[in-house]
Amino acid sequence: MFNFFRPKRSAASAKERLQLVLIHDRTDLTPAALEALKDDLIAAISRHIEIDPNAVRINVAHDGREQRLVADIPLRSMARRRAG
Amino acid sequence: MGAQVVTITSGKGGVGKTTAVANLAVALAADGARVVCIDGDIGLRNLDVVMGLENRIVYDVVDVIEGRCRLRQAMIRDKRLPELFLIPAAQTRDKSAVTPSDMVRLCNELRGEVDWVLIDSPAGIERGFKNSIAAADRVMVITNPEVSAVRDADRVIGILEAEEKGTPALILNRLNPVMVRQHDMLSAEDVLDLLAIKLIGIVPEDESVIVGTNRGNPVALDPKSRAGQAFRNIARRLSGDEVPFLDLEAGNGLWARLAKLGRK
Repeated sequence: MFNFFRPKRSAASAKERLQLVLIHDRTDLTPAALEALKDDLIAAISRHIEIDPNAVRINVAHDGREQRLVADIPLRSMARRRAG
Repeated sequence: MGAQVVTITSGKGGVGKTTAVANLAVALAADGARVVCIDGDIGLRNLDVVMGLENRIVYDVVDVIEGRCRLRQAMIRDKRLPELFLIPAAQTRDKSAVTPSDMVRLCNELRGEVDWVLIDSPAGIERGFKNSIAAADRVMVITNPEVSAVRDADRVIGILEAEEKGTPALILNRLNPVMVRQHDMLSAEDVLDLLAIKLIGIVPEDESVIVGTNRGNPVALDPKSRAGQAFRNIARRLSGDEVPFLDLEAGNGLWARLAKLGRK
């Protein structure tokens, strides 16, 4: 049944596109606003501890109809900082 | 005991609100309940034609609200079920002829008379929608398995929650099991995953709905119609019965049954 060359079936596209659209509709948060928020967050945290700005991930997760902002901010380890 | 007021709404137009109200009303009335349905779509009335009662209209909901007739005079008795009534929308007025508090007053007057008041909301999220949900004890949101309908349903669910109407129940209308099986239509699971509310019924796409509407005979009265069966099941769930969901994914035909066996 599985055809490697066939494009992805349309139901999967519909679901993925809706997932993104609904997050923005529910939170009134555009992708651009989310990027701006991420930059502000990186700047604020960097004033206190050293982080790798490229490794920061900010997403809107949903649990039922509740939205939450999830930030994953890996810290640079002290050992690496001393070695560098 | 007072009536329960139930509103059916959708955000997007054309997903089946009026069809659902007509069918749930006849299904409840066929089970012996006293039912009144109200067409909330002032200026674009349609519940009368879908129920086949368009030739019996004398007064409408705006006549009641503006005191030109008594409530009883605007309640059109159904030609098949003696305990089913329709209060039609006015056709030559607009949504501003009615306020949310008018609807609350009207429904309170009906509560003592019947078991169910079903309100057919207009599309959109403006005045007509606000009027239609004002008196509701429960709200059902109806959608189709399509991106635009699901997106609008989500907006409406959000507004209902913000207005503290509680989380509505979902009717998924016009599901095509063959397309779902081919992964070319959102499945019931997909839609529930996206909207995250409780399901009250799935209605399969069914040509008998169009034939029934052509004649003004809601398919819930047709024992052979699969969509009619789905609407009868929703009516029973509304009344509090536990009714298993139709196995739409499997379909009914021989090939569908063989395919199901093959998958086991």
